[in-house]
Amino acid sequence: MTALELRQVSKTYGEGAAEVHALHEVSLTVEPGALVAIMGPSGSGKSTMLTIAGSLEDATSGEVIVAGQALSGMSRNERARLRRRSIGFVFQNFNLLAGLTAAENVALPLELDGITARVARKAAMQALDELGLGDRSARFPDELSGGERQRVAIARAVVGERRLLLADEPSGALDSANAEAVMRLVRVACQGGVAGVVVTHDAQLASWADRVVFLRDGRVSDQTAPLPGPESLLTQGHSQ
Amino acid sequence: MSVPHALLALLSEGPKYGLQLREEFEARTGEVWPLNVGQVYTTLQRLERDGLVEADGSGDDSQHKGFRITQAGEHELAGWLRTPPDLASPPRDELVIKVLVALRVPGVDVPEVLQVHRKYLVQLMQQWTRIKEDAAEDDLGLALAVDAELFRLDSVIRWLDSAESRIRRHPVAQVQRTAQLPKLRRPAGVRR
Repeated sequence: MTALELRQVSKTYGEGAAEVHALHEVSLTVEPGALVAIMGPSGSGKSTMLTIAGSLEDATSGEVIVAGQALSGMSRNERARLRRRSIGFVFQNFNLLAGLTAAENVALPLELDGITARVARKAAMQALDELGLGDRSARFPDELSGGERQRVAIARAVVGERRLLLADEPSGALDSANAEAVMRLVRVACQGGVAGVVVTHDAQLASWADRVVFLRDGRVSDQTAPLPGPESLLTQGHSQ
Repeated sequence: MSVPHALLALLSEGPKYGLQLREEFEARTGEVWPLNVGQVYTTLQRLERDGLVEADGSGDDSQHKGFRITQAGEHELAGWLRTPPDLASPPRDELVIKVLVALRVPGVDVPEVLQVHRKYLVQLMQQWTRIKEDAAEDDLGLALAVDAELFRLDSVIRWLDSAESRIRRHPVAQVQRTAQLPKLRRPAGVRR
C-alpha cells in the first residue's frame, strides 16, 4: 500500500478572468519509508500540493489517496481523524502552541484523537527522547532554541502511528547545522517506515531525499533518477 | 591539495615514521582526494633537503626513517594556513558559457537546458549528502569536505535559478527569442 498517491490532481482558485491554475494534473506516489522532496520556485504550486496531500485543502479534480484511503469518499470528520492519526505536519514557523510545554504540544494530537492523557503523555515523552529532547519536555516553546522547537514539531508530527510526514520548508529559519539536524531526524522517521514529503526551494535540504520532484507552473516538470552508490563519486578523483 | 603542507601538518602533531605518515596521509585524504601515495616519500626527501623536516632517530630507508618538523617547517606551515587561495580571478566557467551560448542558439529551449543542469547538480548533491549521512559521526574531516562540495554545488544551482528568473524577466531576451522562434515558443510550464 502506498503512503500517498496523487492521481491527476488539479487545483484552480477563482473563476473567469481571475482564475488561477495552481496545479495541473499532478501525479505522485510515495511509498512507505521513502523521502521525496518537491522543489520549485515561488508560485510553482508546491505548497498547494502539500496542503492538498494533507487534506487541509480540496483538489478541484483528481484523486488523493492517503494510507490506502481515498479522501474523496470521506466525510469531514473522517478526514479530520485521518489527519490526526496518519498525517504529521511540520511547518517553517514550527506552529507550536505557546501555552503548552514541549511534551503537551507533542501529546496534543493523540489526546484530540481520544487517547487518554496518560498514554498520550507517555508516547510524547518517547518521541521527545528519540529526538534527544527528553530533558526539554517541560519547557515552553519560548524557552527553547529555534532548532529545539523544530525538533519538538517533528516529534509532534511522528508521534503515534503516523504514516505520512508532510513538511513545508522545515528548516527555513534555521542555520545550516540545525537544518541538517532536522533533515537527519526526518530521515530517521522515514527509515522507521514513515513516508516523507518535503517541500523546499533549497537544494541542500532536497538533497536528503531519495527522490527530488521538480514542480514548475503547477506541473511536475522533471524528477531525479534513483541514486547510484556513493562509490561512483569517490572514484571520480576529486583531486582538482 | 598541497602534499608538502599536509605532511608538515601531520608532523606538527609529533615525530612520525615514513610509513606512518603514508598511512595517515591516505586515511585522512584518501576518501575525498585520492592522491598518488608515492609522492609522500619523494616529498619527505624534498622537505628534509629544504630544512623543513629533519631525521628523528635512526632508520635507513624512507619507510622506517623517523621525521620531525623543524622550526622553519612550523613557520612555513603557519604561513601556508593563512595564505588565501587564488579566488580573485574568476574561473572560466563552462556552465556559464553554455547558458550564454544557449541564449543565442535558435531553437534552444533555455529553461530546459537550465533544468538538465539543475537536475544533474541535485543528483550529485544527493550522492554527497548520502555519504555524509552514512559517515561516522566523528569523521569531522569528511563532513567538512562534503559540506564544502555541497555548498559549492548549491551555489551553482542558485545561479541557475537566478539565471532562469532573470532571463524570464529580461525584455530583450524574450523579444530575441520570440522573434527567432515563433513556432517553437511554448506557453510557460508546458510539460516536456
